[in-house]
Amino acid sequence: MEDKKELKVSAIKNGTVIDHIPSQNLFSVINILGLNHIKQQVTFGFNLESKKLGKKAIIKVADIFFKDADLNKISLVAPDAKLNIIKDYSVVEKKVVSVPDEISGIAKCMNPKCITNHEQMTTSFDVVHKSPVALKCRYCDKITDQEHLEII
Amino acid sequence: MKNRSLVSITDYNKDEMLQILELASEFEKNPHQNLLHGRVIATLFFEPSTRTRLSFESAVNRLGGNIIGFSDSSSSSVTKGETLKDTILMVSNYSDLIVMRHPLEGSAKYASEVSSVPIINAGDGAHQHPTQTLLDMYSILKTQGRLDNLKICMVGDLKYGRTVHSLLIAMAQFNPVFIFIAPDELKMPDEYKSLLDKKGIEYHEYKELADNMNQADIVYMTRVQKERFSDPLEYEKVKNVYILRNHMLADTKPTMKILHPLPRVNEINYDVDTNPKAYYFSQALNGVFTRMAIISKILGVK
Repeated sequence: MEDKKELKVSAIKNGTVIDHIPSQNLFSVINILGLNHIKQQVTFGFNLESKKLGKKAIIKVADIFFKDADLNKISLVAPDAKLNIIKDYSVVEKKVVSVPDEISGIAKCMNPKCITNHEQMTTSFDVVHKSPVALKCRYCDKITDQEHLEII
Repeated sequence: MKNRSLVSITDYNKDEMLQILELASEFEKNPHQNLLHGRVIATLFFEPSTRTRLSFESAVNRLGGNIIGFSDSSSSSVTKGETLKDTILMVSNYSDLIVMRHPLEGSAKYASEVSSVPIINAGDGAHQHPTQTLLDMYSILKTQGRLDNLKICMVGDLKYGRTVHSLLIAMAQFNPVFIFIAPDELKMPDEYKSLLDKKGIEYHEYKELADNMNQADIVYMTRVQKERFSDPLEYEKVKNVYILRNHMLADTKPTMKILHPLPRVNEINYDVDTNPKAYYFSQALNGVFTRMAIISKILGVK
């Protein structure tokens, strides 16, 4: 037991752990999943050491089990996220995220002349390529690529 | 088509396009029909386009309908900061159909989502202008007697020109051969060429205008616009390559017709205007019949 790694963010009894989030996108993930509006306990670690990402973030959400469709929404900002579903302090299921076929909201259309950048409305895209991500705006038909991807 | 918005040319299938063209021809034979008596059509032009607006308003008037609207957003509450959504919600209370021109891309689709009455897209930025495509098709059908198996030559700005892209998509359903003539900087984008490849449609690309249009049934001219070029020198090099002059038409087919969405600047020399192959002004008249047909179909009066 002595060599067990110290937990930077304390364990939860039941809920969801989202690991391997790029640090700079932690708050995007919080916004996308609406964690700033929930009543349950949320703990997170920011700028933790990660061999793979350099700096990573981790979020632990108590008593919430997300739908896959909701989790996949974070794939644009945390494509390598690993999810652990926790029940009674044990990992009962592991999940990874995948880019969905369509995306509503979350991303901004890169076309400055697109109506979605001028009205208070929800953006809507068809995903035409998953890695690297390419999104086709359903309003102006222009492609927003990974390089120009901006999260709202 | 009844009660459906027309936002993009792909909103209509081949059969629906043919129905519009057939009805346009009926209206051409008998242009004064009081089918829209008591109906109110709104024409909302958030940016000025006199030609398109007059064409729509002429179509409504010939059908006996009434028009409300504005021809420039400076004379509407848009200048007070009203959103497009609010304007559309308000106007859809007052009218049976909204014809809209707007400088932003995708605005017509958004308007069709919030409106309780159908929307006709009369141009949303550089995006779509489906009634132009239908009137182009009507002009082709009328002058050639058919839409199938034609050689269609497109000249000028094939990269940014929305009219050529929509016409390509529409005509690709009729087994054409395309001839694209454009400078390197303004070539037909790959996405449209791969669409033709997928459908097995033959096309050829050239940089020179002279001689390459001799086999064509239709020559579709567009403007080469200076602001499209990143390098002004490139523009200077190509600007005079794409001016169509009367002497260049000598070896073209006798039945060939020249189309242009208008306005032209200098790409068709004035000496072409009196050549019987010049069709661009009649093409504008066809726009009225085509728009009469589209409005009648959407309002379900025909």
